[in-house]
Amino acid sequence: MFREISPNVWELPKTGRMRVPGRLYASRRLVEGLDEKVREQLAGVASLPGIVDAAYAMPDAHWGYGFPIGGVAAFDPDQEGIVSAGGVGFDISCGVRTYRTDLKEADLGDRLEPLAHDLYRSVPAGVGSEGALRLSKKELDELLVHGARWAVARGFGEESELDFVEERGRMRGADPTKVSDRAKERQLGEIGTLGSGNHYLELQIADRIFDAPAAQLFGIAEGDLLVSIHCGSRGLGHQIGTDYLKVLGAAGSRYGISLPDRELACAPIRSVEGQNYLGAMRAAINCALANRQVVGSLVRETLARRIPEARLSLLYDVSHNTCKEETHVVEGRPRRLFVHRKGATRAFGPGHPDLPERYRGVGQPVLVGGTMGTCSFVLAGTADGAALSFSSSCHGAGRQMSRMQAKRTWRGAALITELGSRGILIKAHSASGAAEEAPGAYKDVEEVARVAEEAGLSRRVARLRPIACVKG
Amino acid sequence: MAGVAEHFEHGADVGVRGRGATPAEAFAGAAAALGSLWAADASSVRPQLTRSVVCEAEDLERLLVAFLDELIFLFATRRILLASLDVEIDAPPGGPARLVARGTGERYDPARHESTVEPKGATFTTLRVAPESGGWVAQCVVDV
Repeated sequence: MFREISPNVWELPKTGRMRVPGRLYASRRLVEGLDEKVREQLAGVASLPGIVDAAYAMPDAHWGYGFPIGGVAAFDPDQEGIVSAGGVGFDISCGVRTYRTDLKEADLGDRLEPLAHDLYRSVPAGVGSEGALRLSKKELDELLVHGARWAVARGFGEESELDFVEERGRMRGADPTKVSDRAKERQLGEIGTLGSGNHYLELQIADRIFDAPAAQLFGIAEGDLLVSIHCGSRGLGHQIGTDYLKVLGAAGSRYGISLPDRELACAPIRSVEGQNYLGAMRAAINCALANRQVVGSLVRETLARRIPEARLSLLYDVSHNTCKEETHVVEGRPRRLFVHRKGATRAFGPGHPDLPERYRGVGQPVLVGGTMGTCSFVLAGTADGAALSFSSSCHGAGRQMSRMQAKRTWRGAALITELGSRGILIKAHSASGAAEEAPGAYKDVEEVARVAEEAGLSRRVARLRPIACVKG
Repeated sequence: MAGVAEHFEHGADVGVRGRGATPAEAFAGAAAALGSLWAADASSVRPQLTRSVVCEAEDLERLLVAFLDELIFLFATRRILLASLDVEIDAPPGGPARLVARGTGERYDPARHESTVEPKGATFTTLRVAPESGGWVAQCVVDV
């Protein structure tokens, strides 16, 4: 059982096969609503070789594949640490990209509906959708090495935007030769597509500023219109997840790793299989960064056609399903660790050298996607986060109800009408898909963001209220 | 005979389950449960083309994951939906399990096929292929 050790901090004591304790950041209310599986999965992660400090769960944690979604765990290669595909997830480098505009809600006038309609038409989304870009295999390999930089070189967006993308738009260490032909085949028509399920494109109004100096540095003022995109690495990432589930599943026993659950399939970081997965997974990160760069460029073009006077500028682009090699100070000593964040956002604190200079004084923007009926948040990384969670914070509201139950509870068309009456225009490619994404199927994102702040993982900068949402 | 198709609850994703008199029927049922994520009404899928799927794995459970992954790959790369599948399984004791499935279907058409989510891959979560209630059950969670 979780034990409350201080407000919003719960510990899962080390028992049985666990090498380290589990630690959950949550309010009492969030703990009461927590799926029992999160506890089991956190205990499983805590039992993996080379885990450092603790297995962490963020305030939006819920039942995932192998690792909980909202799970963070760091592994030390010098201590036989492992890398796990279940610690990253199938939608590798899924993330959020948010643009500022120089518009206020009133500037849209009667152009909101036509703009939302244009975005619905111009950004391919929904099951089976395809993008306009057709890549050769050689071009795809280049994209997998260069990420968003490849997209900018092809005319999608501007060079200056790359400073505001994690890894400056290009994940180093990507190895397209470790990505299967099947994974590449799944991607050929999918660059520049949003996907389906919980992926979206949203027009939002900054309706509350929590931290004025930070908001000013992030370029957000109350009443501003922002545009957020939530999508990932598409078919390529999904197939890499599928491929390496098998590879790592077979590797574990070869290296004598005994697992409490086969979902935790993993291999030592310093093994051929581990290195191959890392090379492929980094290629998928580049695929996601390029994809969001292309989708962002489509949004920019669409906005320019409908509202020629509008100016877009990139606030930031975060990935929330990754494993990254980072330096963290543990017990007073800097160590190179492989930090898995699955449904968790990197949240570097002020002064971190990987941050763009503009934000270095305030910390990394942490873009938290809400639901189409509630709000999203812009948070900022804290100095304390380094010791609390390897500089990680929440990534969204976090599901609390299954898709089946949501579909039984809500009807898509009625939900879209109800949200419309509350001033939120929904353009959905699937009405029943919208029902599965009903705001009530998620935890209270306000509470998730508040707990992330009170626990010290990140601090609230601005709240974004949706006014139009294109659902995949 | 085709197996019975069901979905079951999972926190964020979707469970697919097939039941039948034999493992092959249960696999066909699980495939139908997966297929209904792309086309909620199986009768909306017209028999316009035929495809075969072949796969192999160390045991029956891994074979189910491999089979569902093949169907996901077929949809992802060719947009092909197979509505009715005839499954044959050869699983000798100690040897690898092999599957051949033939199905009829058509290319996905968002105007006619009601889909909600995009299956990304089959997982080991709640993976189970086993005798149950005098028949067989084949199930796992599909990441969507």
